[in-house]
Amino acid sequence: MNAVNTTATSGAETLLRALKAQGVEVIFGYPGGAVLPIYDALFQQNAIRHILVRHEQAAVHAAEGYARSTGKVGVVLVTSGPGATNAVTGLVDALMDSIPIVCLTGQVPTHLIGNDAFQEADTTGITRQATKHNYLVKRSEDLARIVHEAFLVARTGRPGPVLVDLPKDILINPALYTEPATGGHRSYRPRTEPDPARIAEAVRMIKAAKRPVFYTGGGIINAGPQAAELLIEFAQLTGAPVTSTLMGLGAFPASNPAFLGMLGMHGTYEANLAMHGCDVMVNLGARFDDRVTGRLNAFAPGSKKIQVDIDPSNINKNIVVDVPIVGDAALALRALIDAWKRDTARQDRSALADWWRRIEVWRAKDSLKFTQSFKKGATIKPQHAIKRLWEMTREREAFITTEVGQHQMWAAQHYRFDKPNRWMTSGGLGTMGYGLPAAMGVQIAHPDALVIDIAGEASILMNIQEMGTLAQYRLPVKIFILNNEYMGMVRQWQELLHGGRYSESYSAALPDFVKLAESFHAVGLRASTIDELDGVIAAMIASDRPVIADIHVDPKENCFPMIPSGAAHNEMILGPEHESEAAGITDEGLVLV
Amino acid sequence: MNAIVEQHLRSATISVLVENESGVLARVIGLFSGRGYNIDSLTVAPVEDDRRKSRITIVTSGTDLVIEQIKAQLDRLVPVYRVSDLSREGPHLARELALIKVIGAGDKRLEALRLADAFRARVIDATTESFVFELTGATDKLDAFLDLMRPLGLAEVSRTGVAAIARGTRTI
Repeated sequence: MNAVNTTATSGAETLLRALKAQGVEVIFGYPGGAVLPIYDALFQQNAIRHILVRHEQAAVHAAEGYARSTGKVGVVLVTSGPGATNAVTGLVDALMDSIPIVCLTGQVPTHLIGNDAFQEADTTGITRQATKHNYLVKRSEDLARIVHEAFLVARTGRPGPVLVDLPKDILINPALYTEPATGGHRSYRPRTEPDPARIAEAVRMIKAAKRPVFYTGGGIINAGPQAAELLIEFAQLTGAPVTSTLMGLGAFPASNPAFLGMLGMHGTYEANLAMHGCDVMVNLGARFDDRVTGRLNAFAPGSKKIQVDIDPSNINKNIVVDVPIVGDAALALRALIDAWKRDTARQDRSALADWWRRIEVWRAKDSLKFTQSFKKGATIKPQHAIKRLWEMTREREAFITTEVGQHQMWAAQHYRFDKPNRWMTSGGLGTMGYGLPAAMGVQIAHPDALVIDIAGEASILMNIQEMGTLAQYRLPVKIFILNNEYMGMVRQWQELLHGGRYSESYSAALPDFVKLAESFHAVGLRASTIDELDGVIAAMIASDRPVIADIHVDPKENCFPMIPSGAAHNEMILGPEHESEAAGITDEGLVLV
Repeated sequence: MNAIVEQHLRSATISVLVENESGVLARVIGLFSGRGYNIDSLTVAPVEDDRRKSRITIVTSGTDLVIEQIKAQLDRLVPVYRVSDLSREGPHLARELALIKVIGAGDKRLEALRLADAFRARVIDATTESFVFELTGATDKLDAFLDLMRPLGLAEVSRTGVAAIARGTRTI
């Protein structure tokens, strides 16, 4: 017999071989009993780098940051039981935001499964609804096939997290390596090519539009940089204004005059009114999230809607659309551009010019306006801090991650992204504690880049242990804390919706962030007044070490504009800079989150 | 047309051809419970010689939009080959089987037997005080028979849930 076939390597070695075949260079993980054979195999090779995090949730977020900033699949390795359960938040986060992740979890040996063994958890049961798909490897001969399949499922179609549960005996026993299957998956065959008839229909509709708007989302980012380029081309061809969801920021350049800014709950006046007043809406890779639509029965009344999405279940889920196009955003944009050029119908350019005049009136309202005093000792406005951060880092093409809350929305509003894959934020799940580990993952993928986690003082404490990881791997991540001593978004809702009863939203007993940074071998900086801000930002970005910049900002500042829950796009509340023209918040809205 | 318009609920019989792997039924059930869809009946069994594929038949109800969502959500599960809404894609047959225990004596016992005969239910077990009937048919036929048995000593029912298939040459 052939020697190659008879000497199967251990399951752990076969696993690593499959990972290498899938192009894996980095794993984010944390060891434990059930995965010791994998760690032993990792120790004896150099092709795959392992980054030791300090908590398994952070491993998944780091892999998300890695994946989102590179377009590759992020890989996580954790042990059984608590290792797996700690990873669950990260998995759901990746599921909601369509981030390709392969999560390898250890499991107790197959003969102990179901016996309540030490560090046993029903990982595939727990994560079934937390992943795009998951596997429990029960037979050694399935190991390599399942690992290859996990990568295929994670990165194709609508990307998402895939978990592979690996019992310890499977890792120890011999397992024959097999190459990835050719010819695709038996049952899983996502559709990527758009239907040409739908494309032609969409083009006719957009050509006939008098008030078109493009509403773009994370699907453009997931479809790769070429999708972003095609979006610019198509927007230019059509002359339509473009707005973006939180997840889609950077797909269309913020500096392009056709960009209206972000839409939705904290979107700009011009973006939301353009959505409300449009006659043809072109949704490219977005999913009509409740943060975007506001009250469903008042969403863009009277408009025709075209929706491009790779996931058919996103079509007609929240909003009924007129022209659904199932497919990859890049392929759909290519097809739309080609069909547009072939179509001989004329656009109503004068109607479009009228539409732009209306939009310019809305834009002139300057809904993100704020007033910063420059008197010595003046309080820093959080919006100004972000604005200065952007102005002082824009030449560096920085990668920005965020935590969740007011600082996240201010970052989305005031940091202006001109390229895709530069913006990493937890959109769907809204996971506080996402930003620091995500920044770690970005920095691993882009060692020389400027990577900044824009944080709040409450969120940052949710995964602060990762300062240890930054120190160990000398990752010069910058943590820019907008410190307002409150869970700011909670405080804002309590002020606006709950009679100013600030129940449990005050950040009491905060650490000294400068000393905290220093104790983790990082640089700690603080700006308490406006005259200190620029100096701190300059020192932060000049440092080649990890930095925490503790920026004390106005604790009373609210994030505007705001569409209250249950309100329509044209019922948005503008900030104190503007005359009040807000609709009240309805009782219905109170029960929404 | 904008947001979801209020619509009448309808019943749908959905056939799902799946890879026969562990956890696939839990995936389907978890999808229904997680997204708040109804399950009126669910059956599953392997349908190919090599046991690699199973067929799940789900009877559910919802508005047209909800049923479209259910189909799309089922279709995106990795081990799902095909999803078919039999109640919308042409005529179909739906059958279930019930085992029905009736306990009683005298006239009631005779009446139960007579009705069973009229419904073409088979007696598959009998004692001097009881029958077990086997009845196959559409769900409403089974319901009608059970209604009749109730005053006649209906003691216990075991139903399989619906198995369904398209009429004619159409296949899933």
